[in-house]
Amino acid sequence: MTDTSNPGAVVKSHPMLDAPIINRVPPLVVARNLTKYYGSIKAVDGVDVIAYPGEILGIVGESGSGKSTVLRLLNLEEPANGGVYHLQINSLANTNLFDLDRFDKRDVRVHHIGIVYQNPHLGLRMRYSASGNVAERLLITGERTFGTLRSKSNASLQASEFPIDRVDDPPSVLSGGMQQRVQLAKAIALQPELLLLDEPTTGLDVSIQATVLDTLKRIQRLRTITMILVSHDLGVIRTLADRVMVMRNGRVVEQGLTDQILEDPQDPYTQQLVHAKL
Amino acid sequence: MSLIELAQPNQGYSYAFLDAFAKRELRRRILKGIAIPGYQVPYASRELPIARGWGTGGLQVTLSLVGPDDTVKVIDQGADDSVNAANLRRFITRMSGAETTTDANQATIIQSRHRITEEILREGQTLVLQVPNPEPLRRVEPDMAKARILHADADYGQMWLVLYEQLVRFGRYIQGASYPVMVHERFVMAPSPIPRWDTPDLHQSAHLTLLSAGREKRLYAVPPYTNVYPLEFTDVPFEVEDQSEWACRTTGERNKFMNELPQDDGSSVFELSDTGYMEKLVNHQRGEDVTIGTTYYDSEGQFYHDGYLKPRRSRQESPDA
Repeated sequence: MTDTSNPGAVVKSHPMLDAPIINRVPPLVVARNLTKYYGSIKAVDGVDVIAYPGEILGIVGESGSGKSTVLRLLNLEEPANGGVYHLQINSLANTNLFDLDRFDKRDVRVHHIGIVYQNPHLGLRMRYSASGNVAERLLITGERTFGTLRSKSNASLQASEFPIDRVDDPPSVLSGGMQQRVQLAKAIALQPELLLLDEPTTGLDVSIQATVLDTLKRIQRLRTITMILVSHDLGVIRTLADRVMVMRNGRVVEQGLTDQILEDPQDPYTQQLVHAKL
Repeated sequence: MSLIELAQPNQGYSYAFLDAFAKRELRRRILKGIAIPGYQVPYASRELPIARGWGTGGLQVTLSLVGPDDTVKVIDQGADDSVNAANLRRFITRMSGAETTTDANQATIIQSRHRITEEILREGQTLVLQVPNPEPLRRVEPDMAKARILHADADYGQMWLVLYEQLVRFGRYIQGASYPVMVHERFVMAPSPIPRWDTPDLHQSAHLTLLSAGREKRLYAVPPYTNVYPLEFTDVPFEVEDQSEWACRTTGERNKFMNELPQDDGSSVFELSDTGYMEKLVNHQRGEDVTIGTTYYDSEGQFYHDGYLKPRRSRQESPDA
């Protein structure tokens, strides 16, 4: 922000630092005024979501606050009742993704967005092998060579730190942590720009949770992927997220840098949330 | 004047059992099926004096097509003499006056369960296949409404997932029957539970193939000279069963589809699955005057035209080279 007004001065005072990414790069995700009703219930009521490339944006809030609905809207799973949604990707830069027909929506979802659900049953075929689950993602883009499918899905599973000797086991016999790693491998198989995480570690025990979060952090660092992380667990948000949005009753009550929000909450609801945690 | 006097006199059954309205509906559905190769056309499956699952789909199609000049052959797993085949044949002939035969060359309508004849069917012949499960997508998409959308979008990527799993677990395609095929580069179709051996017979065939599922109320068709390719990965070609080591115990024939008959001592003997074809071979060996048609696979196991089975040929040729 400052370097436009007086660039020389900034370079002199901080010669070693790049300007923050927020000043250099336009945001990847720009969603404005997201609105979703279920009957008379306003699940999401005018929410703006801005996320920059390589950033992890956390969304916290109690159950029913609309945070998962925001994620479903961003994944184009459900039609929105209002709002615009742009992804800054060359071919799509000026398109409101909500206006696309279902073929193009599916295309965007397949190529540019990955998602990890809290419940692995939503994201995986429990009776097919782990590598088959990842390969499905490649199959729907038209890959028809078995050797390529095999090597690419194994590479993706390896990137999500899944034990390579178990790639042919079905998720139904895998532990919860491993199931989440299969979901993650599936989500990043096509190198999407945006990764949506819906309570990815809820229901895992603390030590497994830590290793999964570790993997997420590593993937984010290596691939400069944008992540939007929904969680009710402030510990998870503190570990991963750069910025946080606090939601309640379908509205954003507070947002800012993670440390700022968690250390110095301004909104009464956020204060209550942080204190309940600590 | 009472209602009973106005009503048609009781004539027993209408010709070919089904009433005229039912036959007209079936014929219209069949025409639609032929117009859109591989597309599953819904139809009102009528009650018949046999139970659903015993070939009611095929039987309804046969009854809607049959006339007094037709010759009907009924096959059950290759056999003409099983209880099911004999029942259907007797019913069709009693209701329509059509002749019956076990000779594939003489038949005009061939209703079959689980097999296509060894002899090549020609133009003008109609093959009616009984189908238990018409939906090839059921294994990857149990929701039929969603499966229909996938068909409409020609979105078949998930079908390869089934094949992928087979290759991962067993190193080869293990689907023995009802191998999914792509018809006319548009619809993926379940070709009824015919063995892989018979799948290539549908490709660019001279005859019309009608497939009908009575319980599921769907019928579909492969018109003559239509492309029918099995789904396969580019680097793992589709192959038919390799039975080249097996010889028929009755005729000595090789490279035809065989039944394996387990013996008391644990060994197996083999017999041609197509009994109509075997009967003709036996009569020929006795010196009777029978015309044996050319078969889809010759005595070396080579397919009769250059379809997609080339890889298998080259594999068979390689030991000699």
